[in-house]
Amino acid sequence: MTVPASAYLLLSAALFTLGTVGVLVRRTALILFMSIELMLNAVNLAFVTLARVHANLDGQLAVFFVLVVAAVEVVVGLSILVHIFRSRDTVDVDEVDLLRG
Amino acid sequence: MSLDLRPLFPELAVVAASLVALVGDVFVRGPRARMAWPVAGVVAVSVAGVLVWRAGDAAFGSLYARDALGNALQAVALAVAAVGLLLARDYLVRTGLDRGEYYALVLLSTVGAMLMVASQDLLFLFVALETLSLPLYVLAGFARDSHRSQEASLKYFLLGSFASALLLYGVALVYGVAGSTALSRLAEADASFPLLVGLGLVVVGLGFKAAVVPFHAWAPDVYEGAPVPAVAFMSVVAKVGAVGALLRILPATVPHLLSAWQPLLAALSAATMLVGNLAALRQTNLKRMLAYSSVAHAGYLLIGVAAGSDAGVWSAVYYLAVYGAMKLGAFGVLTFLERAGVEADEVEDLRGLADRSPAAAAAFAVFMASLTGLPPTAGFVGKFYLFTAALEAGLLWLALVAVATSVVSVAYYLRAAYTAYLGPARAGVRVLRAPWAGVGLGLSAGATLLFGVLPGPLTSWAQRVAALLR
Repeated sequence: MTVPASAYLLLSAALFTLGTVGVLVRRTALILFMSIELMLNAVNLAFVTLARVHANLDGQLAVFFVLVVAAVEVVVGLSILVHIFRSRDTVDVDEVDLLRG
Repeated sequence: MSLDLRPLFPELAVVAASLVALVGDVFVRGPRARMAWPVAGVVAVSVAGVLVWRAGDAAFGSLYARDALGNALQAVALAVAAVGLLLARDYLVRTGLDRGEYYALVLLSTVGAMLMVASQDLLFLFVALETLSLPLYVLAGFARDSHRSQEASLKYFLLGSFASALLLYGVALVYGVAGSTALSRLAEADASFPLLVGLGLVVVGLGFKAAVVPFHAWAPDVYEGAPVPAVAFMSVVAKVGAVGALLRILPATVPHLLSAWQPLLAALSAATMLVGNLAALRQTNLKRMLAYSSVAHAGYLLIGVAAGSDAGVWSAVYYLAVYGAMKLGAFGVLTFLERAGVEADEVEDLRGLADRSPAAAAAFAVFMASLTGLPPTAGFVGKFYLFTAALEAGLLWLALVAVATSVVSVAYYLRAAYTAYLGPARAGVRVLRAPWAGVGLGLSAGATLLFGVLPGPLTSWAQRVAALLR
């Protein structure tokens, strides 16, 4: 039995939605960050599936770019987080609130 | 396939300068020797600016292509970088942040904007967008020991990455429909629900970067917390990249879907102008006021995108150039003010500026007049072109909203300019001598006045962009 492409796309959409909801409702910077990574990986799944549907490699190629960019984001993001944690002992975005608009 | 790097010489020149600043900083000691980095940066962007007009082909397969629109916006990005570097130098030395990284990050971010406006592929656009954004997140937190700067960096990073992920999902949907991420394939695609959702997500992602309502919430906080010269640079370069990409994707690539995206863009534009200008009215902090002004100007720029016509495109290019000059200048004046070692960034802190530094006060008045859109400044000409483009595109209501919000904006811009001419100065606020920033300020003020009094050359230059677009 083969799993149809639509199932993968639905899974991708579900993961992406989970990530989006995570960003909107969670309050710890680290978890927000993980949710964003979940969104990026949902995109990767969509790209791979669609590459198979279209029978070309563009989508698989895209995944490599996304992986690299995600890694770079981790480097920059974690260094910002570690720096804030060192000077304040918290990364809760409700407590990091000197700027309120 | 041979790899011809000639079209990329401008970008490579800027990258080389950033690497020199990054690596050289380890070896060079002493503030005098460190003058090398801003000088190298300004020289590199000038060289790149010359090269932009010589190179003329595609690179990286068909991912990247030089054309009139890309060249024009690259020139704007390079000019912004040059003035941004000049404005930063004195401030960085004063606050002990004078390190090679700052110049390197500014230059790398500029490269991101340059690649973004020349990209011919949505995936390439995404990578370029990240090249633009990641250095900006670090620049926002460049005052490492300031809690406000750290917080600005965190907020910008989290919301910026979130926006990038949304954009990327949009790219995946477009790929699903068109079978390719190339803009040339997108141009042939028929309207379908997934394609429109995909394009919508791409617009949302770019709208975040340009601080378009309702994706603008980060802007005031980030602008307030980040160091002034970094804010001056990022408020302009991010808009050059994002609005440039919107122009390239919507009016230049999918004009056949105009009926689908024009109402959305026009609504975003109107909402952005309204929220930005009304929120700016209530601000007492000058950086926050300028942040909301920056939001409002994203709305004016979107008029050019929403119009969907050639006139809309070149008006937006013209306004981006003008916006760069006046916004860099407005933030640039702030680098002259200081209270007890930290930034003096309240509107009231401007009091007495005219007595202590008449030139800075006069320049500030010019920038405020231009941001409002009063003649004889460039802001007036730019807004006139944009509003005309809206009328020609049949968007009368949008033009009316734009005019009405411009009238509202008189209140807060001129209040700030007027404050600079009121004495006496507030206790504790010092006006510093800053020769480098003075040069940057002079250039911005000169451009703002010149393009207002003699708009002809810049106009015909911008109009060539639209003529060569198709």
